[in-house]
Amino acid sequence: MGAQLRVYRQKIKSAQTTKKITRAMELISASRIAKAQQRVAAATPHTKAVTRAVSAVATYSNIDHPLTTEPATIDRAAIVIFTSDRGLAGAFSSNVLKEAERLTALLQQQGKDVVYYLVGRKAVSNFNFRRRDSVRSWIGGTDLPQVETAKEIADTVLEGYIKEFTEGGFDEIHLIYNKFVSMMVQEPEVIRLLPLSIVEATTETAAADVYPLYEFEPDATKVLDALLPVYIESRIFTAMLQSAASEHAARQKAMKSATDNAQKLILNYTRLSNQARQAEITQQISEIVGGADALASTGDED
Amino acid sequence: MADKTLHVDLVAQDQAVWSGEARMVIAKTVEGEIGLLPDHEPILAILGEGEVRITLADGEQLRASAEGGFLSMERNTVTVVARNAALI
Repeated sequence: MGAQLRVYRQKIKSAQTTKKITRAMELISASRIAKAQQRVAAATPHTKAVTRAVSAVATYSNIDHPLTTEPATIDRAAIVIFTSDRGLAGAFSSNVLKEAERLTALLQQQGKDVVYYLVGRKAVSNFNFRRRDSVRSWIGGTDLPQVETAKEIADTVLEGYIKEFTEGGFDEIHLIYNKFVSMMVQEPEVIRLLPLSIVEATTETAAADVYPLYEFEPDATKVLDALLPVYIESRIFTAMLQSAASEHAARQKAMKSATDNAQKLILNYTRLSNQARQAEITQQISEIVGGADALASTGDED
Repeated sequence: MADKTLHVDLVAQDQAVWSGEARMVIAKTVEGEIGLLPDHEPILAILGEGEVRITLADGEQLRASAEGGFLSMERNTVTVVARNAALI
């Protein structure tokens, strides 16, 4: 076997191995999307109920709650970034990080300090690489978000929100995550979590809904006190679930094109190796013919 | 009055736990126990520790834990919401 032919065969083999792996990852992601979507759907009743309740309290009671009132000046803002733990998902994590970069520029333009909370190993390694500081990070389990993690994140950011500015507290919280639009489309979404804007909250319940005049037990302020952390937690959990579903979809898409590319490589290299093999055979034939010719011509001269 | 029922939804953060018709819902709020019958006025209450008891249309009792959640009632629909809710 010629040297050229051997090189092509090696390349075909390595492309085939890669294809097997990417194909397997594609199938795994495909099966996990369905599960992730089910989780999003399962969490929807809770989110709806909480949003509705918060909107109702906020609409019918004129209470000044620290979580709903916009401070006169906002000097520091927090951004919570939701990325994935693992790569090989196309632009999934970098989209979110780019969006965070844009938001940071905007906030700094408004004269605000920006602090970060990171979710997912990709965000952490990106920040390490750029030597940026984050207040806190959570890694592990981005593809299967747990309620407990959401609660932990919610508690941590709320703690920072309530703290005084001089102690490192902030007056604004933004979430950035990948929103699952469809199997093919996932968009980075930025929402301002706090201070609450009720307009944003009501868009999720049907616009035609009119809230009944609730009686509050024990009273409106206490109800709002108890509801808001739950609402924040629910928003964060939703963001995590959306991000997880998007991650699987993005990975499936990325792995599908990787598999297609490997297939294309295999095809090209097969053609090249066939050509090399033919060239080798042609050369051998011409060598034999040449040799026979030479023998015949020396025989003639005798 | 007797034929009226409440529609009850018991919702945890990651799933809907139970949903169905009931004659009465008794829950423990931070202020004390509250019983809800059909045509109760709209109410939003914070739940304390303790369980929620749901009396079904056939008189059977259903018990559920719904710690640290809240309860809302409007137009004969009761929604019990908690981070972790489960039937006992």
